[in-house]
Amino acid sequence: MNALAEPLPDRPPPSNADCLRQLTRKDFQTDLEIRWCPGCGDYAILTQVQKVLASLGKPREQCVFVSGIGCSSRFPYYVNTYGFHGIHGRAPAIATGVKCANPELSVWVVTGDGDGLSIGTNHLIHCLRRNVDIKVLLFNNRIYGLTKGQYSPTSEFGKRTKSSPLRTIEQPIRPIQTALAAEATFVARTIYADPNHLLRTVEAAARHRGAAFVEILQTCRVFNDDAFDAVTDRATAAESRLLLEHGQPIRFGADGRKGLVVRQMEPVVVDVEADGIRAEDLLVHNARSDSAALASLLAELEPPKFPTALGVFRAIERPTYDHLLTEQIRQAVQRRGTGDLQALLNSGTTWQVD
Amino acid sequence: MESCCSSAGRPVVELPQSTVRFAGDSGDGMQLVGSQFADLASLSGCAIRTIPDFPSEIRAPAGSLAGVSGYQLSFGGEEITTPGDSPFVLVAMNPAALKVNLSELQPGGVVVANADEFTKGNLTKARYEANPLEDGSLAGYRVLPVPMTRMTDEATRASGLPGSARARCKNFFALGMMAWLYDQPMQPLLEWLMRKFRKSPPVMAANAASLRAGYNYANTAELFRVQYAVAPAHLPKGRYRRVTGNEAVALGLIAAAARLGRPLVYASYPITPASDILHELSGHKEFDVRVIQCEDEIAACCAALGASFGGAMGATGTSGPGLALKTEALGLAVMTELPLVVVNVQRAGPSTGMPTKTEQADLNMALYGRHGEAPLVVLAAASPADGFAIAFEAVRLATRYMTPVLVLSDSFLANSAEAFSIPDVSALPDLRVAPPVPEPGAFAAYRRDPQTLARPWAAPGTAGFEHRIGGLEKQDGSGVVTYDSANHRRMVELRAQKVAGIAADIPPAAVEGAATGDLLVVGWGSSYGAIVGAVRQARDEGYRVSHLHLRHLHPLPRGVGEVLHSFRRVLVPENNLGQLNALLRSQFLIETVAFPKVEGRPFLIREIRNAIEETIRA
Repeated sequence: MNALAEPLPDRPPPSNADCLRQLTRKDFQTDLEIRWCPGCGDYAILTQVQKVLASLGKPREQCVFVSGIGCSSRFPYYVNTYGFHGIHGRAPAIATGVKCANPELSVWVVTGDGDGLSIGTNHLIHCLRRNVDIKVLLFNNRIYGLTKGQYSPTSEFGKRTKSSPLRTIEQPIRPIQTALAAEATFVARTIYADPNHLLRTVEAAARHRGAAFVEILQTCRVFNDDAFDAVTDRATAAESRLLLEHGQPIRFGADGRKGLVVRQMEPVVVDVEADGIRAEDLLVHNARSDSAALASLLAELEPPKFPTALGVFRAIERPTYDHLLTEQIRQAVQRRGTGDLQALLNSGTTWQVD
Repeated sequence: MESCCSSAGRPVVELPQSTVRFAGDSGDGMQLVGSQFADLASLSGCAIRTIPDFPSEIRAPAGSLAGVSGYQLSFGGEEITTPGDSPFVLVAMNPAALKVNLSELQPGGVVVANADEFTKGNLTKARYEANPLEDGSLAGYRVLPVPMTRMTDEATRASGLPGSARARCKNFFALGMMAWLYDQPMQPLLEWLMRKFRKSPPVMAANAASLRAGYNYANTAELFRVQYAVAPAHLPKGRYRRVTGNEAVALGLIAAAARLGRPLVYASYPITPASDILHELSGHKEFDVRVIQCEDEIAACCAALGASFGGAMGATGTSGPGLALKTEALGLAVMTELPLVVVNVQRAGPSTGMPTKTEQADLNMALYGRHGEAPLVVLAAASPADGFAIAFEAVRLATRYMTPVLVLSDSFLANSAEAFSIPDVSALPDLRVAPPVPEPGAFAAYRRDPQTLARPWAAPGTAGFEHRIGGLEKQDGSGVVTYDSANHRRMVELRAQKVAGIAADIPPAAVEGAATGDLLVVGWGSSYGAIVGAVRQARDEGYRVSHLHLRHLHPLPRGVGEVLHSFRRVLVPENNLGQLNALLRSQFLIETVAFPKVEGRPFLIREIRNAIEETIRA
């Protein structure tokens, strides 16, 4: 007799009929009072993510939000799906377990620069390299907010904070390059201050099959309000943001006057008209390349010399960990039949005592 | 006792039990022939208990002292509960094997040495100045030098294998000799060789020839004056197989998950001596066992916990240093009240310590090693085969009570093997858990079952039960985050009560032996066999001594206090400095005597027997 072959006890019928109607953002709101600081970028991110969830056609019970510790990690409490508020840095590991238990689920990790790139870097990079079908949203405000204002691993060199009164003496870690080095199959960056771009980027991540990593640039109103001034200011957005479009020449600035070329392996900003640049000389974005070289070059662009690249750096297809795991089990069952427990216990040399 | 005659016409000496150690270079195949001899003894009706002794180096130089690999087994009647205090026969395949193992041989014991390997070079590597087979230094033993390498070479020539491959068959020559010495049939070994090497007939033929040659040599060369007939055991009826502790734990997890009707997700980071559980489970995917080799120990614990949240049976395994790294996730498991099984195969610590050597010094960490008030269930396997029952019990308690369960094994149990009475699978308890019940209003993730105090297990994918859990304190019932002080107190107490209440769901303390007496020996974990043997001897010698062995360490079974107080003295042998001893003293306010052994090796029967005598006489 094989317990695996027995029917499970009946599950109760669904108490809602999510599958039968179009969901809206409201369906993904909880009635919990949101406890982020007034004006925090997290609100904008929450709204856009809820909108994306409503558009995916997945019922609420099929979604799981997993987080670690930090301001961003309160996120699961505000999304009316299943949620797991874990421990510091470990959300990708917990999420990997959830996904392996039930690969049908849409599993999300919400993390921050401290949670994901300091205490939890190990889990993050391994989750990405395994290509577990999990969507990782990393809110990068370049500061420790919940612990009240210490520098974070993404804080810029020389930053003055509560724990670095004489300025930091550490180079920051670069989230996009870290994800690329970890062989993530989807790597993108967006910014809280551009809700449309945020929505489109998160949606692209959600529709990607495999590990998706999205860095969301965000300020901390209390401890690092000017973190991304150069990018957030709408007046200078055309000059300061480089919007990546797969297959398109890389251009930015008013009317797309500016472009990017590579000389001696170095990116160079050119004025397309003034410098007499031919369109075919401009770098063309290719998010589908197996090589991460171009993506990495674009991710390195930083103000004041360069605009900040936003959009999808990389989106390639590779088999997912959870798919391969399921496939190995399917093949084992095909080859040996569904596990027969009695036969397993009786395997090897056995003897009878009468 | 001598009685004529064996099948070979030789006088036969009957023995109640015997202990043999095979020792050689790590490439000599000692583990293989040792385990085959164990199966042979089992087939003849003996109880067995085995213990390997691996070199800690992966590839130590051939012939060196560091490269000696050994396999010891004790076999005989049902009183076999340990691999034996000291071998009666030592098979030494080279000088280093002799040097490393001789001191443990019984006085008057038998040394069967491969004389061909006692060359000048090998003697130097083993730091012998003269050949011990010739210089009279082994006068206290019966020494049988046998040219095994040469005779194996001759016997295997017909196989057509190259010389180096044939030389590797000499372990079967040694096995053949032992089979003759203990009057065992060769047929089961020949059949096993046919199965094992069915894809390479020349290798099969060479090993079979070597085996026969060893058997025939022992018979015709008249090395041995007698043969030995070891008494069979009177084991309960049923089908048996040999399992190590690690195998038994893996099989127990698979069986329990099957009876739970959920996939097993085993997330682990390789660590000695727990890795064999990972290996074993990786090979059984047809049981829907999902194995994740994680990036580190806490990731493994978190992934297992995430899997349980996801509706599977999450389990992880490790050894002491790894358990330290998992600790934060164990606190999360206590707080989220999810099922989780953590197997800790203890080794000699602290820190890297002696990673291949055994110890029972993680009891305190298992019981107390978390921040906050974080009670969980702690179980300990008493013998290798008990690993199956303990793993099954761990899954039962974890899922019935929605709690993490820590299973303690150790390096000794992990690698030691004994006969496992194969259970009838249909008779194993049904562990299926009732699905959560829909209720009006929002789902209350911490509404407890009034009897077990367990909260419902509502897995993602189940509509109507969407909820958020995590490490923050929860409102009793609703599970909503709250810092309310009265609620925190209530929740701390509820978590403790839930685990304490499990005492009503496990067997009460059961004494082996009389209910009162001069001395009670209390043990836990792998010391079981040595205590059983020691208590039996002491009782035979007239001492009024009984044994209480704890498989549940938290909560303790009901009635432990009454049992302790029914004896004049209490002796607590442990492979640590007295951790259970301190627990018993503090919890039951009773005088006890600790008997610690922290040498990286399990207790011998005689060590505990002597401690029994001393404690009673004190």
